[in-house]
Amino acid sequence: MTTAIMEAVRLVKRYPTGGGMLHAVDAVDLAIQPGESVGLVGESGCGKSTLVRLLGRLIEPTEGAIVFEGQDIAPLPLRRFVHDKARGRIQVVFQDPTESLNPSLTVFDTVADPIRRLGNPGGRQSLAAQVRKAIALVGLPPEMETRLPHQLSGGQRARVGIARAIALRPSLLILDEPTSALDVSVQAVILRLLADLRSELGMSYLFVSHDLNVVRLLCSRIVVMYLGKVVEEGPTEAMFRQPRHPYTRALLASIPDPARRGHTPWRLEGSASSPIDPSPTVCRFYGRCPRQEDRCAETMPELRAVGSDGVHRAACHFAEEISA
Amino acid sequence: MSAAVMTESVPLLTVEDLVLDFRTRSGMVHVLDGISLTLDRGEILGIVGESGSGKSVLAYAMMGLLDPAAQIPRGGIRFAGRDMLTESERSLAETRGREIAMIFQSPRTALNPIRRVGAQVQDVLLRHANVSKKEARKRAIAALARVRIPDPERRFDAYPFELSGGLCQRVMIAMAMACNPYLLIADEPTTGLDVTTQAVVMDLIREQVRSSNASVVLITHDLALAGEYCDRIAVMHAGHIVEIGGTEAMLSAPKHPYTARLIGATPGGHESIRDLASIPGSLPDLRRDLPPCRFIDRCERRLDCCATDALPSVNLGADHIVRCWNPL
Repeated sequence: MTTAIMEAVRLVKRYPTGGGMLHAVDAVDLAIQPGESVGLVGESGCGKSTLVRLLGRLIEPTEGAIVFEGQDIAPLPLRRFVHDKARGRIQVVFQDPTESLNPSLTVFDTVADPIRRLGNPGGRQSLAAQVRKAIALVGLPPEMETRLPHQLSGGQRARVGIARAIALRPSLLILDEPTSALDVSVQAVILRLLADLRSELGMSYLFVSHDLNVVRLLCSRIVVMYLGKVVEEGPTEAMFRQPRHPYTRALLASIPDPARRGHTPWRLEGSASSPIDPSPTVCRFYGRCPRQEDRCAETMPELRAVGSDGVHRAACHFAEEISA
Repeated sequence: MSAAVMTESVPLLTVEDLVLDFRTRSGMVHVLDGISLTLDRGEILGIVGESGSGKSVLAYAMMGLLDPAAQIPRGGIRFAGRDMLTESERSLAETRGREIAMIFQSPRTALNPIRRVGAQVQDVLLRHANVSKKEARKRAIAALARVRIPDPERRFDAYPFELSGGLCQRVMIAMAMACNPYLLIADEPTTGLDVTTQAVVMDLIREQVRSSNASVVLITHDLALAGEYCDRIAVMHAGHIVEIGGTEAMLSAPKHPYTARLIGATPGGHESIRDLASIPGSLPDLRRDLPPCRFIDRCERRLDCCATDALPSVNLGADHIVRCWNPL
């Protein structure tokens, strides 16, 4: 077993609200190996965006450790971290390429910005060379570097967002729904670009998406979150073939599938229970789960190995009997 | 209720050779060109295309909700025997909400944020159903119950911000279905919702229209979603319907090169990311003079005649029509 490039240990993020503490991320363990591509899925409000922002150290964790390349970056105050060299090794590609680009910066300046702040810009020529390399890597023609975001198509903006993120050659790229705003024809091209960049530059990916078909193509492992907790994780194919947690099953059954036309499988109705001061002894899926028993309201199931491979884990008392 | 609606043999909606341009500061934009389709009672038709293909404009034209900058030099839209393009605004206002209803993309912005959701459903009934306020309230609660909103009497008094996105979309469906419309136009009804919620909302739309024999036009960019819920699919590209036909036939054996690419580019069932198809190029600039086939610059099957001869309408049987000189 190689050492993980990024390891979150019992990571917690709570927000105080008028009604109590909101448990956004609740004791999450997550390890990403060098060169690995991990998919993070779950419904809105499950804490995946909070987890991503914690790992990218855009917000302060409440408790827990974030070990990145051997260094615990959790205790570093944000003000220090923005200048830390680890900051340049973890980069984020944001959801909407239109919203996340500064409208008054040219493509060149957008990509140059992280190099100036965290890299080794060197002289003007050295900086230009680094920017051009990044622009070329994402397949943008060099004449684009003087353009402003509004002069670019959606696909080109997505490429600029990626160029900015890889300009510092990070070892971990966090992708927060990078293609959800794009048309399928453009999405296909961007997904392939991301797959190529990962093998070319040897980066690890944490890929957040609500589209399980996309995750399946790009990731070798999937982590499923529900109400602040990881409820299941495992190799992509095993998760698709034999999901162990009832929530994962519901997610998979919700993927639109023309082959199912006219049939209505079991659906997950309702919404998740409140994330404010949830009971530590009740399974988070209790109340919405089709399989629940009294036991689920008495002991919270821990994430544990299911099956023989040891890497497929689920947090359900009945994981062994649940199959697709 | 007009006689034509009652007659099962006449299609509920017919769009015939519709051409639509927008007058803009930078010239005429040729948004729709030669659009023809029919919609039968009880049918779910998907209109699938990428952004800018004209699918939303087509839906708005069906409702008679066009911007004054729109011009229709040719073609017609008939709904329940009436000509929607010449109908008076007053008569259109009667039709909309009662006979044609619409579900919009983002329920949170489509609902009035400062009115209780029940009152918004009630408004539709007061406007169109000719009932007392008390009766409208009763029917609004029943409408909320029909879309399985838990505890509808209490939720009647909720504001949109107090409800989840999925519940807001249910309120929209309740509003749309309150007067038992013949036609429901759903414009990307599940964009922005979680997949689990999307499935529940789509099941609900299907169940509601099936029980009232209403027809649906589902506008979506998601071919897989259209494939699961629609009886027929029309694929749009740059203002043309390039292919229209039964869902199974079209998905298993697409005839237009664009449809084939779109299917290949939609993730699902691919072994590896290498198998994901891409579509070269982008939509043509609709302000220019366009060749008869607007896919020509992106197509690897183009022939010489594609640039010169008017688009054919090849009927492959079973109402499967492809507009291509060199179909697959």
